[in-house]
Amino acid sequence: MRREPARSLSDHLPVIFPALMLLVFFVIPFSIMIAVSFFQREQGGFYTTDFVFSNYERFLSAFFGGVLGFSLLLAASVAACCVALAFPFTYFLTCRTRRVQIAWLVGLLSVLSLSEVIIGFAWSTLFSRTAGISNLFVALGLMDQPTALLPGFGAVLTGMVYQALPYTILVLYPALVRLEPTLLEASRTLGASPLRGFFNIVIPALRNTIVATLIMVFVFALGSYLLPQILGRPQHWTLSVLITDQAIYQSNMPFAAAMAVFLVLISLALVGLTLLVGGRKDLTA
Amino acid sequence: MSGLTLEGVSKRFGSLTAVDNVTLNVPQGTFVCLLGPSGCGKTTLLRMIAGLEDPSGGRLLIDGADITGVATHQRDFGMVFQSLALFPHLNVGENIAYALRIRGIAKADQQRRVDELLALVHLPGHADRPVNKLSGGQRQRVAIARALAVSPKLFLLDEPLSALDAKLREAMQVELRQLQQKLGITTIVVTHDQREAMTMADLVVVMGEGHIRQAAPPVEIYRKPADSFVAGFIGSTNLLDLSRDSSGRAVVGGVVLPDVILPAGLDRARLSIRPEDVHLTAPTAGGLTGRVTFLRDLGGTIETFIEVAGTTVTAVSTPRERPDVTAGDSIGVTLPAEACVVLKQ
Repeated sequence: MRREPARSLSDHLPVIFPALMLLVFFVIPFSIMIAVSFFQREQGGFYTTDFVFSNYERFLSAFFGGVLGFSLLLAASVAACCVALAFPFTYFLTCRTRRVQIAWLVGLLSVLSLSEVIIGFAWSTLFSRTAGISNLFVALGLMDQPTALLPGFGAVLTGMVYQALPYTILVLYPALVRLEPTLLEASRTLGASPLRGFFNIVIPALRNTIVATLIMVFVFALGSYLLPQILGRPQHWTLSVLITDQAIYQSNMPFAAAMAVFLVLISLALVGLTLLVGGRKDLTA
Repeated sequence: MSGLTLEGVSKRFGSLTAVDNVTLNVPQGTFVCLLGPSGCGKTTLLRMIAGLEDPSGGRLLIDGADITGVATHQRDFGMVFQSLALFPHLNVGENIAYALRIRGIAKADQQRRVDELLALVHLPGHADRPVNKLSGGQRQRVAIARALAVSPKLFLLDEPLSALDAKLREAMQVELRQLQQKLGITTIVVTHDQREAMTMADLVVVMGEGHIRQAAPPVEIYRKPADSFVAGFIGSTNLLDLSRDSSGRAVVGGVVLPDVILPAGLDRARLSIRPEDVHLTAPTAGGLTGRVTFLRDLGGTIETFIEVAGTTVTAVSTPRERPDVTAGDSIGVTLPAEACVVLKQ
């Protein structure tokens, strides 16, 4: 589709409102945060205007590097688990009747209405030794005695996957519904078993959707700070937890801002890299 | 028996019977068109042959072997879908080579076969093109080449030409028929276009409401339709009420047709006659006479609409073989017995 270039002020009118919102609620606060990250912290007070790199220097230590690495690893694991679970689920959901699909989607939407706090405490109960699912396993004879499944990496991962899964399914659903059902049938007539057709036709045909979903869940999981605290040990805390700690409990705004800027830059770089790798295959194909 | 045999094949979706007890034998190397209006069960029947739907009853046999329970990917049939279903993430060559790749055939052999198939469908040198850069006709050819990659036992096509414009469609019909004759492959095409069926098929299977109404060569379908449904679906026809008089002769509109024979036990029937078989003469005593209601002069042929025996009969003739009449005139209508088909009511 070709559009006439916008000439008069009224042609620009439709974009003014969103542009204004973006400016007021994103560009300005983010610019302030970047500025604050270069300010000097005042012990016992707030901060003074300055231009120092000490906040960033402090960040470049093994401890914060480790936390950053863990945060990225956790977010990537959550993204991978969510897509790996949601993709087949959504695919089979789209093969069902419309009534069944709607029932599932409404159920998933209602999961979204749960707050992160409720999800966290619900899972901490489920993983506890006294009232958790391990009691069920004992009753079924799968375990000798009930054990606490938290705190731990598995518990954090489970909670975060649970939280992000409805988003993942809702993002994948439109693309999978639009997928031509005859593509898989064609692969079957050409000699591919349904499973093989799923892996070398359905998944590659939706590669762009899968990459976009991975990025979305990754970014979503990177910002999580409540579930790691409820379900994990201190070594499972993410950078977001440390940012909150510095900003609210230590009153070290400049350092918190520096960490936040760093996190944004790293995640932007990773997203860019993913798009670059994903886009390059399009050119050669 | 060589070829494909359907034995009492049925398919029910809930309370709806899409295909009802279809029995058909398709000899090796035959080009078959499944023809019928939408919703007549022709696509469902094709999908059952491909294994994409499980029959609710009946058996499918290929060369005498029962394949009813064989999975689609083990049947070795080639199929062209209405949507074509080209794999969007693969280029032309990769699409065509897909079936070969699945069977683990060496890369060099795949390449050779792809070039061979592209030459066959008149697209040489297109192997590296992305499929979304092709025109409608080219996509069609790629889909055909892909389905033929492993020399299938059966070549199935579901409304393959419906997305093409009229001119290209006619050309592709001829091309598809020539390709089939060259390869000698048993081919089944689903279509709702009777012209397409007449152009391509050795055997036309007319379906209606899940049943086979008639299975016969195209000319026979046209000349000797089994019932008024087939007669009306294939080409245009005139249907007239036929009754028996006291001495047992066939009568249309009070006029005896001496050479038309009503089957024994039937007192009333329908007489089907093609517009080009209706002869027009000057009004004669004792013959069928009607009144001209409308003329459609197309230059090469003239369609004369005549009110006769309570219905409108259409006659198609060249300007030379008809009396010069205008709307409102009386005209004599002759129905040659050899062109008349008597159908049950």
